[in-house]
Amino acid sequence: MVGTFPLLSVQPTRGLVDEKIQVVVRNLPPALSVTLHSLHHSEDKDLWEAFGHYTSDGQGTVTVAKDASLGGTYEGAEPMGLLWSMQPVPGSRTGLRLRKMDVLSPMVVHISVYSGHMTEGFSKQSPLATVVTERWYMAPDVCRIDIREHGVRGTLFLPPGPGPFPGVLDMWGGGGGLVEYRSCLLASHGFVSMALEYLPHDKNRTSDIESKTYFEKAFRIVQEHPLVIKDRVALFGLSLGASVALNLAAYSKDISPKCCVCISGSHVIPVNKAIGEVFRKMNKDGYKTRFDEEGRVVWRDIILPIPTDLGEKVDMGRIKCPLMLVVGEDDQNWATVESAKDMTQMMRAAGNEHLLTILQYPDAGHLIEPPYTPHFRASNFIMQQTRQKVIMLWGGYTKPHADAQEDCWEKILSFLRQHLYPSPDSVPKAKL
Amino acid sequence: MRAALTASPMLLLHPSRGLIDEKFSLIVQNLSRIQDITLHALIHSDDGDYWEAFGHYVSDATGFVNVANDSSLGGTYDGVEPMGLLWSMRPVPGSRIGLRLRKKEVHTPMVVHISVYRGHMSQGFREQVALASVVTERWYMAPGVRRIDITEGGVTGTLFLPPGPGPFPALLDLWGGGGGLVEYRSALLSSHGFVSLALEYMTPRTSGGSTSHVGNEYFEAAFTVLKQHPQVCGDSIAILGLSFGTSVALGMAVYSTVIQPRCLVCVSGSHVQPVKGSLSDVFGEINKNVRNTRYDEENRVIWRDLLLPIPTDPTKKVDVGQLKCPVLMIVGEDDQNWPATESAEDMKEMMEKAGNSHLLTTLSYPGAGHLIEPPYSPHIRASNFMVAGTKQKLVVLWGGETAPHGHAQEDSWKKILSFLEEHLYRSTDVTSQSNL
Repeated sequence: MVGTFPLLSVQPTRGLVDEKIQVVVRNLPPALSVTLHSLHHSEDKDLWEAFGHYTSDGQGTVTVAKDASLGGTYEGAEPMGLLWSMQPVPGSRTGLRLRKMDVLSPMVVHISVYSGHMTEGFSKQSPLATVVTERWYMAPDVCRIDIREHGVRGTLFLPPGPGPFPGVLDMWGGGGGLVEYRSCLLASHGFVSMALEYLPHDKNRTSDIESKTYFEKAFRIVQEHPLVIKDRVALFGLSLGASVALNLAAYSKDISPKCCVCISGSHVIPVNKAIGEVFRKMNKDGYKTRFDEEGRVVWRDIILPIPTDLGEKVDMGRIKCPLMLVVGEDDQNWATVESAKDMTQMMRAAGNEHLLTILQYPDAGHLIEPPYTPHFRASNFIMQQTRQKVIMLWGGYTKPHADAQEDCWEKILSFLRQHLYPSPDSVPKAKL
Repeated sequence: MRAALTASPMLLLHPSRGLIDEKFSLIVQNLSRIQDITLHALIHSDDGDYWEAFGHYVSDATGFVNVANDSSLGGTYDGVEPMGLLWSMRPVPGSRIGLRLRKKEVHTPMVVHISVYRGHMSQGFREQVALASVVTERWYMAPGVRRIDITEGGVTGTLFLPPGPGPFPALLDLWGGGGGLVEYRSALLSSHGFVSLALEYMTPRTSGGSTSHVGNEYFEAAFTVLKQHPQVCGDSIAILGLSFGTSVALGMAVYSTVIQPRCLVCVSGSHVQPVKGSLSDVFGEINKNVRNTRYDEENRVIWRDLLLPIPTDPTKKVDVGQLKCPVLMIVGEDDQNWPATESAEDMKEMMEKAGNSHLLTTLSYPGAGHLIEPPYSPHIRASNFMVAGTKQKLVVLWGGETAPHGHAQEDSWKKILSFLEEHLYRSTDVTSQSNL
């Protein structure tokens, strides 16, 4: 059996979720049709896969970073296509979303090369070669701490090292629960970050979110941690979390974020009111809910038209800190494009527009998450108040959405570093 | 607590989890401009010892240090050395003597703490608070590699299998006179796509009331374990030997009818041994010359002369003119333990006379010692050694200087992997086919 064996390699073998991988196949016969395939067995026990069709070059090599995929779940030269274009395998349950809930273990991805251009039946065929790569949200020595203090419920992540570090209060959206992975990743980049639960899934628990107090308490937990630099704490929110961030930044007398990152959010919510009030208003406007041709829920019209009445939106003129807005132009869940436009106009009129940075992405949807995670145009959603199960349309198309996630994450980290980790030579020396 | 306006420097290390032979990039940013700093690496070994390395740097006008481009001005390494923080490690002051850093448990990584300190420091790191610190994991085993205990056919070893269906080419992995079952090199080779069998062979065995070294049939049995494994391509098996392991590899490749390797990698070894002899014979021959043992100024044992001069008598060395497969010889020119340089020269002469010297490639490294191991592990000029099968403890001089030895490990490993890939993954050359 003297033959040639394909040599498949992936580097790094263990990486952070936002690190790029290099996938190379060598030692193939030249001009051979092959399929590169990725497979992930999720925590929910679903199988996710992606694949690309390639032809080996004159040396019998396929280099995913440079060569064009001729088809599959992604096409063109896409170094990370095997990750961001993943989708549930045929026959899976519907409406799935891939989210890592246990951050202490990695996502394990099997990458294989198959002979020929295949689009299905991967489990029945033996690949030419397989390698395994781990994708981690948690860098070595990041510390995870359960927070249950003064009625506030969250998870705090500390970077390795003596500190002190800047801090982040990290808030997800109306789906609720305690989602840790983004905070974990931020800690892997040098920020103390607390993932906050404010809409518990457990019906027996209620958060005291009837006023801003809950969020202010949460912010102070981060701020007062011995490893956190007091005046370098940011607010980071997605969807409803973004609205909470804007509300706090504009109206809180108790806390002052150093900067804010708001993804897929809006300033149109009952101002200065509790979260409960937000839901009541949304229910009132619920008649504006639409359904697409597949019966999926489209919420984007609920806050439209953007009100002119200042009592119905956050007074953006009151924002005193740098603000980064991230917006997907195909967001079907919130009218974030219109909101961003209105926020700009308000800040221009108030004279604080210089604080605003907007990242706007054509054909990206609502769920703009850390990069290389798959895109979901729609997924199962449980309505917070009624516990009704629906399929929510988030919007976006796979490739532009993936590009948006990759581009904005880098810019978000840059923005946070710029405002939270200033260079020592720019910091005014304290008067002695 | 620090003043609120203090900005912390940032240490950026990629990848945070790597294979032991992967390079990392290390950047410090957010320092003050033109600031003296010390980069420091610390390992707490499986044996409970602490190892450290450090380099002195000065940040540029933007408060930036990049280890890949900037020069260390001193410390345990100097110059532009991207991996100096690993290969220049040594036991911290006050440690036990004669230590060697070897990972026994391959399922877990070596954990390295990398810190940046203010100023140019050479000691007292423990008493000082670092400006910033990160942790990196260095792994011998890639994800998906499987480890299997082997006890069949009387053979004692550990088998490592890469992920995937196979079949794969394979390696018989032989360490030297220190004995024991050393797994990490096999684990690493498996992470590069080879089935690898780390073989325990040095410990004398007791049977029928007498204790002796294993015979040649032991190695043949080990080779057969590989050949018959369902995930191994039986015609693509090589032998990798270091020190005594080289003696076994050369002897078996020439004289055994069972062992027909596709190629050989011989590190820091020699062909000087009784022809068709067993391991016992090799020891016997060496012991005859024990009066040639020398000691350096620190009373460390120098064994290189025990096989010198290289004999002219053909019965006292493996007839390498009969080798039929490619051989990669790796030699440290400052090897104080075996006369590897002299042996390599003699082998070349023999093969030139026999007409098969086209099979021989020799990599010779000035300033490198005997223990040429996978890269970025620290260089050990001398260490404690227990002669296998006895309780005799010595401090043996291996040789080599840190920087050239570090470079030799890095360069030779790359070339070993290339050589193995060429002959095991790609080769269809006619010379080897004649063995079939």
